[in-house]
Amino acid sequence: MAKLILRGQVVNDEWTLVQFPVKEGPVRKQAGKPVLFRITGEQAASADEIAALEVPAGKVIVPLPAWLARKDELAARLAQGELGVWIDSFESPEALAESIEKLNQFAVIAINFPRFADGRGYSIAALLRTRYGYTGELRAIGDVLHDQLFYMKRVGFDAYAVRADKNIEDALRGLNDFSETYQPSVDEPRPLFRRHARSPAG
Amino acid sequence: MYRYDQYDQQIVDQRVAQFRDQTRRFLAGELTEDEFRPLRLQNGLYIQRYAPMLRVAVPYGLLSSRQLRMLARIAREYDRGYGHFSTRQNIQYNWPELSKTPDILALLASVEMHAIQTSGNCVRNITTDQFAGVAPDEIVDPRPLAEILRQWSTFHPEFAYLPRKFKIALNGAKTDRAVIQMHDIGLDIVKNDAGETGIRVLVGGGMGRTPVIGACIREFLPWQHMLTYCDAILRVYNRYGRRDNSFKARIKILVKALGPEEFGRQVEQEWAHMKDGPGTITQAELDRVASFFTDPAYATLADDDAGYNAQLTEHKGFANWVKRNVHGHKVAGYASVTLSLKKTGVPPGDATAEQMDFVADLADRYSFGELRISHEQNLILADVRKADLYALWEDAKRAGLATPNIGLLTDIVCCPGGDFCSLANAKSIPIAEAIQRRFDDLDYLHDIGEIDINISGCMNSCGHHHVGHIGILGVDKGDSEWYQVSIGGSQGNKASISTVIGPSFAAGEIPDTIERLIEVYLKNRNEEEHFLDTVRRLGIEPFKAHVYGDNRGALKEVANG
Repeated sequence: MAKLILRGQVVNDEWTLVQFPVKEGPVRKQAGKPVLFRITGEQAASADEIAALEVPAGKVIVPLPAWLARKDELAARLAQGELGVWIDSFESPEALAESIEKLNQFAVIAINFPRFADGRGYSIAALLRTRYGYTGELRAIGDVLHDQLFYMKRVGFDAYAVRADKNIEDALRGLNDFSETYQPSVDEPRPLFRRHARSPAG
Repeated sequence: MYRYDQYDQQIVDQRVAQFRDQTRRFLAGELTEDEFRPLRLQNGLYIQRYAPMLRVAVPYGLLSSRQLRMLARIAREYDRGYGHFSTRQNIQYNWPELSKTPDILALLASVEMHAIQTSGNCVRNITTDQFAGVAPDEIVDPRPLAEILRQWSTFHPEFAYLPRKFKIALNGAKTDRAVIQMHDIGLDIVKNDAGETGIRVLVGGGMGRTPVIGACIREFLPWQHMLTYCDAILRVYNRYGRRDNSFKARIKILVKALGPEEFGRQVEQEWAHMKDGPGTITQAELDRVASFFTDPAYATLADDDAGYNAQLTEHKGFANWVKRNVHGHKVAGYASVTLSLKKTGVPPGDATAEQMDFVADLADRYSFGELRISHEQNLILADVRKADLYALWEDAKRAGLATPNIGLLTDIVCCPGGDFCSLANAKSIPIAEAIQRRFDDLDYLHDIGEIDINISGCMNSCGHHHVGHIGILGVDKGDSEWYQVSIGGSQGNKASISTVIGPSFAAGEIPDTIERLIEVYLKNRNEEEHFLDTVRRLGIEPFKAHVYGDNRGALKEVANG
């Protein structure tokens, strides 16, 4: 069974991540066209792919488009506490929040980092925790590495599916690189200057 | 200047430990080159043409003599005895060993310095006016807000992996000396009719491949909201900036695509959720940080000094230097001095360890132990008594730091270029030197008057060629080095982007080309008119005609034909 860092401990991952099959062929770019970059060129799953996606038994984390399209079918799993949803970095947490009465009905929400240099997931996490009040497990998946964990913790993640080829015990140390921080974030909403009496000059 | 407290020190010390561990894991093969790259970049470490290059932050360009001595020591012990002051008020070392960079960072931390976020796709070093706090035309001293921004941006967890690099500059004076219109965020500190301090917020300026002048999205933001407003801007950018093409990933492209109004609307919408939250700056915090930037113990002096006046009339060399390198000061009897790092034959912005030690001594002797780095790559002593100027000039001359050329043609802004930088298409330092050698007559230089020449070795525009009155850009044309020349750019309140005059030149043609541009100016200028104003009045055509309108130009057209 895969390993996971959950609230500071390395544990066995009880959840199955459900993914669309990897597509063949190059992604078409809109070269030279003035476009709005609400979604930055990534391909979304087609209706057929969504319909064809197999959801196995047990605790599953399904892709956002599958949840949005197949809510009725997945309602029973949700009620049993066996359903989580994952959001890709180009997808909208707003869509997820609008799709359900209480976001906390999800036992897990995961955010994908297709490449660790893709930092959109940090803003998505912060939004889910602050604007949409999600308090359940918030999991980083994808290209999740030691040196991103501290930042991930700060924006509200509490679970990290460290990339399988990396040493998860080693990565665990990354959660504690710094013991003080300047700016507010999800883990500590007060900036340093509101937490400590800092000295003026002299 | 700002001094670290226990928290600042702890954060910087923990960074050293973190980077030491990252370097160890890389050298042990636990991190791939691709995985290590963004980590080292966020510590200012590039892998360059010959060796790593380490960029050390000089926050808003302010240094103490103690810090400068440490920079000299690092140059001596870990590099080849010199450093390069950059156009973003930082210092770069060209020859450190990768395995020793954690030790360099530890030395920096011992003098309250670091290399945090001096590269990478994150918020970079905050820059401002090199005359902050002393300029006669200052409205608000930008340094306290710059320090507050430095702390806010340091390890900001949400914005460490942006689509692209992100640069913020502040101006607090009537004349903008921080090029705020060419930054991702430009913050113009102003006062309203009620005397309250606020910020005019510009976004989407930048150089690079697509130069853009920033657009104002808020005329007056009360200063308390500076951080939350920046959070809102960055969140919109982080979510919607392009990530599929690094040439189109800067915020300016997003602002252009959406239009500044729509971008501003999205920012305001985001900000509505953050406004008045805990990130709001308190008066107590502003006062605390501002307490580090109070005036030094100025003496009460007459503005005129008889000895100084006599020296001015007696020594033409001194008078020339004063005319170019000495600037007004808000306090009577004081002046600010620029020590030129633009001596002919020395790469612009380079200083040796000996010069750094020497300038540290000068700062102690003449300027309360502090100095500044300008984005034009010179060193500034901000608080010198007029009565001391002559002695300072004599001292500076001995160290080769008194070239009287500030603002003149030979005060060339120049990136390290192809001699060092692996991104460059072409060399830039030898071009600067060739121009300096062609224009080596001081009287002629003074006659030509104020003119900014900026040279970048590639599109990344580290030499800010887009805002040079004359801009020179190294371009890639097969295996030889070519240079595109443009004119009419400027920094300051009326910032403008220069226009390319025509086909590119070979390196050897550049001095002639500059000379021809100057000839057109000298022939056509009105009294007291600077080069830039003549270009603006006449347009580029007469310049173009004179540069290309001979056999050489004709040959070139055939060659390019």
